Amino acid sequence: MPLFWLFIIVLVIALLGYFAGRMRVMQGAGGDRRNMHSLPSYYGGNVAIKGAAPALLLMLLWMLIQPFYVNYTVSNQIPDSAIADSSSRNLVLSEVRRTANGLDLAVQTGALTSDDANDAQANIADITAALKEAGAVLTSDITQPVLSAAQSYRSMNATGYTLMSVAVIIVAVLGVRWGLREARPEFRARNVVEQAVRWLLIAAASIAVLTTLGIVLSLVFNTIEFFRLYPAVDFFFGTNWAPSFSGRGGSSDLGVIPLLWGTFYISIVALAVAIPIGLFAAVYLSEYASHGVRSVAKPLLEILAGIPTIVYGLFALLTVGPLLVSVFGRDGLGIMQAGTAVVTAGLVMGIMLIPFVSSLSDDIINAVPQALRDGSYGLGATKSETIKQVVLPAALPGIVGAILLAASRAIGETMIVVLGAGAAARLSLNPFDAMTTVTAKIVSQLTGDADFASPEALVAFALGMTLFVITLALNIFALFIVRKYREQYD
Amino acid sequence: MSDASLTSGAAPTRAKKSLMAVDVRTRKRNAAEKRFRAYGIAAIVTGMFFLIVLAVSIVRSGLPAFSHTVVSVEFNLTEEQFADAESQLFKTKAYEALLIEEIRSALVARGLDVEFDSDAIARLLGKPGGTLREHYRANEQDLGQPVRFELAAASRVDGYLTGRVTRDTLQDSRFLQGSDLDLIDALVDADIITRAFNWNFIMGADTGVDNPGGAGIGASVIGSFFMMLVVLVLSLPIGVAASIYLEEFAPQNRFTDLIEVNISNLAAVPSIVFGILGLAVFIQFMQLPQSAPLVGGLVLTLMTLPTIIISTRASLKSVPPSIRDAALGVGASKMQAVFHHVLPLAMPGILTGTIIGLAQALGETAPLLLIGMVGFVARGYPDGVMSGFVDPNSAMPAQIYTWAARADASFYEKAWGGIIILLLFLLTMNIIAIILRRKFERRW
Repeated sequence: MPLFWLFIIVLVIALLGYFAGRMRVMQGAGGDRRNMHSLPSYYGGNVAIKGAAPALLLMLLWMLIQPFYVNYTVSNQIPDSAIADSSSRNLVLSEVRRTANGLDLAVQTGALTSDDANDAQANIADITAALKEAGAVLTSDITQPVLSAAQSYRSMNATGYTLMSVAVIIVAVLGVRWGLREARPEFRARNVVEQAVRWLLIAAASIAVLTTLGIVLSLVFNTIEFFRLYPAVDFFFGTNWAPSFSGRGGSSDLGVIPLLWGTFYISIVALAVAIPIGLFAAVYLSEYASHGVRSVAKPLLEILAGIPTIVYGLFALLTVGPLLVSVFGRDGLGIMQAGTAVVTAGLVMGIMLIPFVSSLSDDIINAVPQALRDGSYGLGATKSETIKQVVLPAALPGIVGAILLAASRAIGETMIVVLGAGAAARLSLNPFDAMTTVTAKIVSQLTGDADFASPEALVAFALGMTLFVITLALNIFALFIVRKYREQYD
Repeated sequence: MSDASLTSGAAPTRAKKSLMAVDVRTRKRNAAEKRFRAYGIAAIVTGMFFLIVLAVSIVRSGLPAFSHTVVSVEFNLTEEQFADAESQLFKTKAYEALLIEEIRSALVARGLDVEFDSDAIARLLGKPGGTLREHYRANEQDLGQPVRFELAAASRVDGYLTGRVTRDTLQDSRFLQGSDLDLIDALVDADIITRAFNWNFIMGADTGVDNPGGAGIGASVIGSFFMMLVVLVLSLPIGVAASIYLEEFAPQNRFTDLIEVNISNLAAVPSIVFGILGLAVFIQFMQLPQSAPLVGGLVLTLMTLPTIIISTRASLKSVPPSIRDAALGVGASKMQAVFHHVLPLAMPGILTGTIIGLAQALGETAPLLLIGMVGFVARGYPDGVMSGFVDPNSAMPAQIYTWAARADASFYEKAWGGIIILLLFLLTMNIIAIILRRKFERRW
């Protein structure tokens, strides 16, 4: 791990700078800290920041830029004749990268000496044998252009890393010298250090923005790539989902409508379970229950929200599914074929969503001012009439918001549907049929062994995009409603 | 409302009657009240019922995974027998013959006489000869002394003893035959087949699809551990720093609004989308190793950050402004007031939120599947700390998923057992969080 060590070296330089800076300013002030603007540690901190920050920044930038540069140069090195008709420059390039990684591996395990790995006249057959012995993953046999490209890829990366190490260490030392020159008693070290810490805090806060950006970019780029291989109209309006398992070839039908239908159907079943139970539980807990009952029942219900979804998935697959089959299946009513079905996944997902609905609604019902209730009681209404005609209408926007949040949770839920809903995509109204969802298909398309550049794998990104847009719209809508509601009583 | 309607509607139409007698309408209203209340109780009881069913089915189906059927044989190999066996062409076969002789004599000694051949033993025990030979080659000092071997029985034997396989449902196959069941019964009577605690399930690694008995969750516990280490090291400082900025320093401007909106949206993004992000950014773009706990940790960090930021901000907010004012009053800078006074006071709340966030991350499955941390890569323990982060491994929930998705029903028991272990970890973390909150959180 040369990068790791470089990182450590920079930190050590910065640490040495810290103590040197402290010492220097103490000397400058004649050993009396009253003569300095800031506490001595701030002067040390200033030196350490100047030593570490620019060097680490350079390291980061270098690591981001170097792969682009190397890929660009190597890809220009590959002659057009080396690219087969059915292939593309990118595919050859990834083959080159695999070969280079294989060479690294072979050198590491001792199947090849490093001289042999860099030898331009090396025998291809020998190299291939050595790579296979080292256990490298190669899709096809190496050709001469690929091997020489891989060799120059390796040498460029090696020189790149050496140059980077030297440059980073020089920058670190220069930074420490800059900081040391500033270590005079009248220098406002605290202000500089605090400004740096502030930037660090801002950087940490920006990670949320970067994450969203990363999600959007990775979805958008791959979705565009997918739509270049597969028509967007067929994706959005196709009513058939039948990916071919061979990988290549245009025989796949990738229509999203059956998946969306399955997603919504399962979510509706889940909400049909969760809304009545959750809502009545919330009403009872906030309006009727004594303090003792509430302090026991509420945490117990919330346990349901803390259980990992994989547990619910297994529960659906192995407990609820067989149970439902024994009632509705061949021995019972005869309308259910197998344990994995819409109603299985929907029921279990509904159980998971109960605490979402109940906790959020509970908070909202509690936020309705007592004066409204008192007014209603004063007019002679019973408790349930007050709840039905005064409290719930007042809390309605908030409750709708809570239900929308639960719906977005249901749509994005993965493990329950992967295990409980089945794998067949179909458009059917029967809740006892197996159906599948967007999330389940994202998992199956990306965990199979389809080629990463094929439409069968890339469709997962388009599905992810669909999912992201739907849940985002639901969340924003829910927040909008909740926020609007909140203004009424504040 | 106008006066006219009041006067016209106020005419007394109701018949005179006692206040003590409940009229029909009141009775109806009271019944509606009772019904409404009953609905509420029913809803809560239903919720509790689901919780109990879930708990019971986890415990009932999972506990068998912690014990397994062993054939325990006391075996005495003399040096001559050892030399003789080693000199033969099929060495493990020779050991097997010795073992069968031992079992037969043990049965005869108890007066049980069952016919069986070496194939039956192979169906019950797999290939026991190899295990015996390994042991004696490694420990030659055991030669000539009685040694007790506990050999794990095949999963179908296990199934017969736990009731999953019965005489009626059993179909003769190369795995188990009807005649073997007589042998099993005799061995059980002779106390040769017993049940023992299955350490291998807790310590072991995943096996192939054909060996459910040997599968263990140990390797993926280690994978989860390294992942949680990454999550803790990254999400705690980043989350705290982000919360401090937003709560204490951020000016009211567009950029701050953008961050706030992003955080609340990220908290509600489906977890699988984070898996797609990890696949595209960390593996495709940054070329980090596939299936590595490091990448899993990075993805889960991004996923738990919103949770941690939200709870950290709440605990920073609960520190009263007088603390800050006092610090500023004695000459601290804003930064010093926050880092020296506010942050230490908010720390218990922050740690509680972090532990709850970690518990959430520990149970997350879907994003891990996308970055390749599926169960079957957890074939062994990592060699060292560094390889613990970068070598392919799985995590507990992903391992459970892999077992649940396998066709062999014997793996389901393992999956339930894995869930018990996962829930024990989650329970411990939540209890620690509750203790932290009870003990250190200050009410102002």
